[in-house]
Amino acid sequence: MDLTFTPEEQAFRQEVRAFVRDKLPASLRHKVVNSLRLTRDDHVMWQRTLHERGWGGPGWPREHGGPGWNAVQQYIFEEECAAAGAPRLIPFGIKMVAPVIMAFGSPEQQKRFLPDISSARKWWCQGYSEPGSGSDLASLKTRAVRGFDKDGDHFVVNGQKTWTTLGQHADWIFCLVRTDPQAKAQRGISFLLIDMKSPGITVRPIITLDGAHEVNEVWFENVRVPAENLIGEENKGWTYAKFLLGHERSNIAGIGISKREIERLKRVAATEMKNGKPLLEDPLFSAKVAQIEIDLMALEMTNLRVLSDEANEKAPGPAASILKIKGTEIQQAITELLVAAVGPYALPFKAENESDEEGDIGPRYAAGLGAHYCNMRKLSIFGGSNEIQKNIISQQLLGL
Amino acid sequence: MDFSFSEEQHQLQDAISRFVQGDYSFERRHKILKSADGWSREVWQGLADLGVLAMNIPEADGGLGYGPIETLLAMQSAGPALLCEPLLDSAVIATALVRDFGSPEQRAELLPAMGGGERIVVLAHTEAAGRGQPVWVETSAKKSGDGYLLNGHKAVVSLAPAADELLVSARMSGQPGEADGVAVFRVSKDAPGLVLKAFKTLDGRRAADVVLTDVKVPAASLLGAPTTSATAAIDRALDIGLAALCAESLGVMEATVNATIEYLKTRQQFGQPIGRFQALQHRTADMLLHLEQSRSMAYLAAMHCNVADDTQRRKTLSAAKVVIGNACRFIGQQSVQLHGGMGMTEELNVSHFFKRLMAIELSFGDTDTHLQRFAALTQRDIPLAA
Ligand SMILES: Cc1cc2nc3c(=O)[nH]c(=O)nc-3n(C[C@H](O)[C@H](O)[C@H](O)COP(=O)(O)OP(=O)(O)OC[C@H]3O[C@@H](n4cnc5c(N)ncnc54)[C@H](O)[C@@H]3O)c2cc1C
Repeated sequence: MDLTFTPEEQAFRQEVRAFVRDKLPASLRHKVVNSLRLTRDDHVMWQRTLHERGWGGPGWPREHGGPGWNAVQQYIFEEECAAAGAPRLIPFGIKMVAPVIMAFGSPEQQKRFLPDISSARKWWCQGYSEPGSGSDLASLKTRAVRGFDKDGDHFVVNGQKTWTTLGQHADWIFCLVRTDPQAKAQRGISFLLIDMKSPGITVRPIITLDGAHEVNEVWFENVRVPAENLIGEENKGWTYAKFLLGHERSNIAGIGISKREIERLKRVAATEMKNGKPLLEDPLFSAKVAQIEIDLMALEMTNLRVLSDEANEKAPGPAASILKIKGTEIQQAITELLVAAVGPYALPFKAENESDEEGDIGPRYAAGLGAHYCNMRKLSIFGGSNEIQKNIISQQLLGL
Repeated sequence: MDFSFSEEQHQLQDAISRFVQGDYSFERRHKILKSADGWSREVWQGLADLGVLAMNIPEADGGLGYGPIETLLAMQSAGPALLCEPLLDSAVIATALVRDFGSPEQRAELLPAMGGGERIVVLAHTEAAGRGQPVWVETSAKKSGDGYLLNGHKAVVSLAPAADELLVSARMSGQPGEADGVAVFRVSKDAPGLVLKAFKTLDGRRAADVVLTDVKVPAASLLGAPTTSATAAIDRALDIGLAALCAESLGVMEATVNATIEYLKTRQQFGQPIGRFQALQHRTADMLLHLEQSRSMAYLAAMHCNVADDTQRRKTLSAAKVVIGNACRFIGQQSVQLHGGMGMTEELNVSHFFKRLMAIELSFGDTDTHLQRFAALTQRDIPLAA
């Protein structure tokens, strides 16, 4: 057993660190480390910066234009980016649809779609969930009927997707659609790539409890999709979706983000005063911070064990579920302590559409913490809720 | 022992429940929140007509002379409506302070007007560095001519923008943290030198930071008699407010738990209502445990908020705030979680319950503050030698 990173890995870490230090604009870093809302341009700008360095698809193999990093390198990359306050990469293109296109798409699809993903020329969103199908995703109803006419082979899509994250910015959506209503739930599903500018698509905002417009409803009314946008085989979409869900584990635990957030928490708690002393010296508060830090140490080790298994080609099991549950619990717990640290100054609130001028209500770092806490409740709901992850652990890992 | 309520108390409870269900629907509240003021005079008058604003005012002062149990029932019944009017701030806290500390003339001038809905008064007391400790007052009052000059900064004063006048605590002598030397002044909201930095809070209400720069007030604006420090009276008024806040949270938590149970019965996934999954059944059972423990503590708090023995009163109220703070967090978080994506939307009432519960947890001193206060107060009870 050896817990140290190799000299090559350490050199790699330095390389990433130096790059991010040089290239990340201070204004963007400020937004990220204070959980202020990012614009589409902010994300695109950072994705392009990485792309120019050849790091646009950090998990991609060389043959598809990626850097060809192994799991440990990807982990180090994500950790350094998070620590430096870089925006998290929007996963839908890079981490979700791209690996599916690489594994199951045709060479034409790979040539057509992949370069626009790593360079952020096209923004992707994920169309899985439906109003009636969340945890029970296989029950989805959006219908795609295949047909041939003078304009060729195509699907006609009708239905509704929901919770589509940042769909308002998207150029493309990857969807699970039902192509065989007769088959058993998982069997009659196909994986379609749909141009968001297609006639018949309507995007409606859903405003979340923190006042933000981050998710959307997407309606499909007789939307025509060329058959060349079908990934792999018809009715095999569930297999591809499952591949996707199990694919990306390098950042599921959010270790780098949590480390940065704990630093922020300590900065805030060192500034806030209680009984004339810094809050961080209050025994009750500092014990809570310490507990989170310790939990995070353990999770980091667990994460590295999973990565090392993966690097040794051991079958990836439901370990991702452990990383997801514990990682999101830690991230949420940090937001609770941040709110507790600033007390009532976590309550002043500005909706997204209101001016972002710095008011002088409370300390600067307090603005947005309350909304951030509210927004982070999503971590235990999306991407397979923590309850569903526990079902997976008890069924697949424990055989119960 | 008797945990039942009188006929009259039930009627009060019913009247308020009917009022908020009829005149304060979710949609109406939404409209009110969006208006420029963010609260409604019309609703306020409606509450006055119901007698709610006069319940804490003695009959001798033109009120109904009810006690803390009626306040409990009123706040609990109003809780689910998430009122954005200053019921707690004016009709409970400021009323208690004027009633118990004001001079006879001040009582005569203020209480009937407050009870009738014509005058809204809010206590501006808490300061940023105080972190929920009632005696932390840095704001200063200096004698100047025949009046006083006030200087200081009051933090996140709930519903201050709705008030006609503020009761501002200020230190005439001594250091922050000391009980002696604090006075309370009546300050008109448009007094020169007083700046209200108004804002919305996460739970939809209006609040303000109140900045006082050489605000000149006449001697007669001093509340009560100039000889006694106001800290004990403020402390008691805040405890009465804290008990009322506990009662409100009880109403909000009941509504939250009910909404969640209802959702678990109707939302279908995997071909059955999600309430069939044992993991969720046990979670909901835990929510109910928190709720019932909170109910007990809200009752206890109501029955103790008037106790003259400071130690006993504070111990009980801190205990209540700890139990209820933890419950607010658990019930709030789980209600969102069990609603899945729907729980995250502004459209559903649970997300608003969640935010109110969060705000309650942070108000009047957070859970840690009260846990530590309770610990400090009870350590003295332990006999040191066997
Ligand atoms: C902010 C946000 C962004 C999202 N972004 C996207 C996106 O971009 N694209 C997309 O396709 N989807 C997205 N989602 C949807 C997300 O994946 C779903 O919300 C999630 O799968 C849960 O589904 P649901 O909301 O329908 O909840 P439900 O499935 O109705 O679940 C309700 C509750 O029941 C529990 N539950 C359900 N079944 C079981 C069971 N068998 N055992 C125990 N407990 C159970 C759940 O854990 C949850 O607590 C997003 C969601 C949110 C909140």
